Amino acid sequence: MIKPETISERIELGLAKRYRAEKRFRLYGIVAIGSAVTFLLVMLVAIGVRGAGAFKQTHIELTVVLDEAHVKDNNWQGIIKSSLRKAFPDVKARRERRELNGLVSSGAGFLLQDMVKVSPNLVGQTKTLWLPSSDDVDMVLKGSIDRSKSEGSRRVSNLELKWIDGLVAENKLRLQFNKRFFTGGDSREPEMAGILGALMGSFYSLSVCFLLSFPIGIMAAIYLEEFAPKNRWTDLIEVNINNLAAVPSIVFGLLGMAVFLNMFMLPRSAPLVGGMVLALMTLPTIIIAARAALRAVPPSIREAAFGIGASRVQTVLHHVLPLAMPGMLTGTIIGMAQALGETAPLLMIGMVAFIVDIPTSVLDSATALPVQIYLWADAPERAFSERTAAAIIVLLIFLVTMNLSATILRRTFERRW
Amino acid sequence: MTTEAYNLMRQMQKRRQVQKTIELAIKAVLIASSMVAILTTIGIVASLLLEALRFFDKIPLTDFLFGLEWSPQTAIRADQVGASGLFGVVPLFTGTLLISAIALVVAIPVGLLAAIYLSEYAKPALRNWIKPVLEVLAGIPTVVYGFFAALVVAPWLRGVGESAGFQVSSESALAAGLVMGIMITPLISSLSDDAITAVPQSMRDGSYGLGGTQSETIRNVILPAALPGIMGGILLAASRAIGETMIVVMAAGLAANLTANPFEAVTTVTVQILTLLTGDQEFDSSKTLAAFALGLLLFVTTLILNVFALHLVKKYREQYD
Repeated sequence: MIKPETISERIELGLAKRYRAEKRFRLYGIVAIGSAVTFLLVMLVAIGVRGAGAFKQTHIELTVVLDEAHVKDNNWQGIIKSSLRKAFPDVKARRERRELNGLVSSGAGFLLQDMVKVSPNLVGQTKTLWLPSSDDVDMVLKGSIDRSKSEGSRRVSNLELKWIDGLVAENKLRLQFNKRFFTGGDSREPEMAGILGALMGSFYSLSVCFLLSFPIGIMAAIYLEEFAPKNRWTDLIEVNINNLAAVPSIVFGLLGMAVFLNMFMLPRSAPLVGGMVLALMTLPTIIIAARAALRAVPPSIREAAFGIGASRVQTVLHHVLPLAMPGMLTGTIIGMAQALGETAPLLMIGMVAFIVDIPTSVLDSATALPVQIYLWADAPERAFSERTAAAIIVLLIFLVTMNLSATILRRTFERRW
Repeated sequence: MTTEAYNLMRQMQKRRQVQKTIELAIKAVLIASSMVAILTTIGIVASLLLEALRFFDKIPLTDFLFGLEWSPQTAIRADQVGASGLFGVVPLFTGTLLISAIALVVAIPVGLLAAIYLSEYAKPALRNWIKPVLEVLAGIPTVVYGFFAALVVAPWLRGVGESAGFQVSSESALAAGLVMGIMITPLISSLSDDAITAVPQSMRDGSYGLGGTQSETIRNVILPAALPGIMGGILLAASRAIGETMIVVMAAGLAANLTANPFEAVTTVTVQILTLLTGDQEFDSSKTLAAFALGLLLFVTTLILNVFALHLVKKYREQYD
């Protein structure tokens, strides 16, 4: 290589190198953004693929005789057993019979019980019903069980597979919309488990959270923005609020446990306490958003109100607050969305118990949707992992709806002064 | 003065009096509301401190802070071996730091480079698309990240590890750290973005005038100028990583290993708080009290990081305002 003679030659040689560096640097940025977006997509797709199956559940067609003897004994599972025996008359051995009974969900008896409770005149009648199958059968129909494996290493035996294939050929076994997933409480049996209990728990907690944090947050913001003198004390409150927003959520759980449960003796596992803890957590978010909304209202509005003789309180309540309301609501919705996804503090105050009944008040024991996800994620059954992903899909749909409505609210009412 | 005018004046005075009382009452309610935030902080500090002090009555502070072993299982009978349990916080703290460090190793380059690209290179249309996508990452609940880490990332890492010929435990610090890194990326990118856009245009123009390319300008002028704001963002992200609970509970495990190997299972302060408190035990046992001592440690650590970070961000904002 010839040594560059003049300065301009040297600059030109260096220029190519510098442009390459420029391109490389730009590429790094694209790669960084690309990897973050890819991760998001992979996560959403992985959860979507896993969870989509849970919205359908395998049902089995059975002709059941609701005879009086069984009903009187409350032996609902016995009704199902005898109808299975009738459907498969050549199954005689005890062990095989037990396997046969395992085709239908062990919770199917409760469904019969509920049916009879609603309409008692069903007793003595013969009915053809679609009842949920057990989770193993469900997994076979959804293709999650590998048939090529040896019999000993899969959860479903050859005999059961033969029955399943026979029933499918007769169109007596098929996937149907999984209504129970949306109308049921928690259960040990995946095919009987639903998210309604958790959803109601979340609903009650969020209601309490909203009723506490929205008024308190807005009043605090009004005081700090419109009334408070600028001094050390208000500085302290401001620093305190900013720091509170960054305190780990589990610490709020500890606070709730020590103060609400042990000092005030409020009930464990109740949405009331959950909502109170969540309210303390969302308060800083709401205060910060509400203050920003108040600050965005131009001083001319206040001056005009003062000019016609309004007092400070009148000015704020009649003129500034209505104008700042959309911004405050946007911040509140975002705060509520955060609260909806929060798990750790709820675990600390005991909203983590196994609860079958659907809560009907803020004092009933309950879980919340994210807690239900955490509980199901731990369950070993394959069918529960599917339901966990489905519950996540429901949670994400709620969050997307909330955030979208916040964005729409902001877009609709955004004003440039 | 006519009696009519006098009456009118009296009436107005009365109304003003009533209004004044009402306004005073409203103001009192407003002040009380703003006190809730202070009360929350006092409540946190008081409850953590009181329970932690009771814990330190049973277990000396030095054993807690410098003990190398964590096995809080207390025996049922007093004469059993190891009846008091071991409450050394060091393995928990190193586990927390290991996972947070992995998360930051992921999040700092990704978040910072994304912020640079978005604020300096990207066209407004792309920026308007990508920023909400990054915000979605910030809005996803941590329990969802935890599920993804435990059910997708951890088995995948184990598979990769096996094919490369080394052992990755099914609950590894790496899986939790990687996923947590993605979770805190938007925090770093949005705060860095703010810091970079706050650098005045004149500084860029000066660098271009001297013949600097765009990337040279960014590296030599903008980043040094925006550094305090970026550092603030990184510190806030670190504090978030240290206090994060659900991802580590679901993906990092419970075994208190004193190790720096990211392929092994470690446990964190938050995981232990949760496991100590979600079991059934009476409130006074040293296990429960230990959770509050851990909570105090966590609170103090994150508080120091937060105060420092917020101070940096605020000071930096004032500098260019």
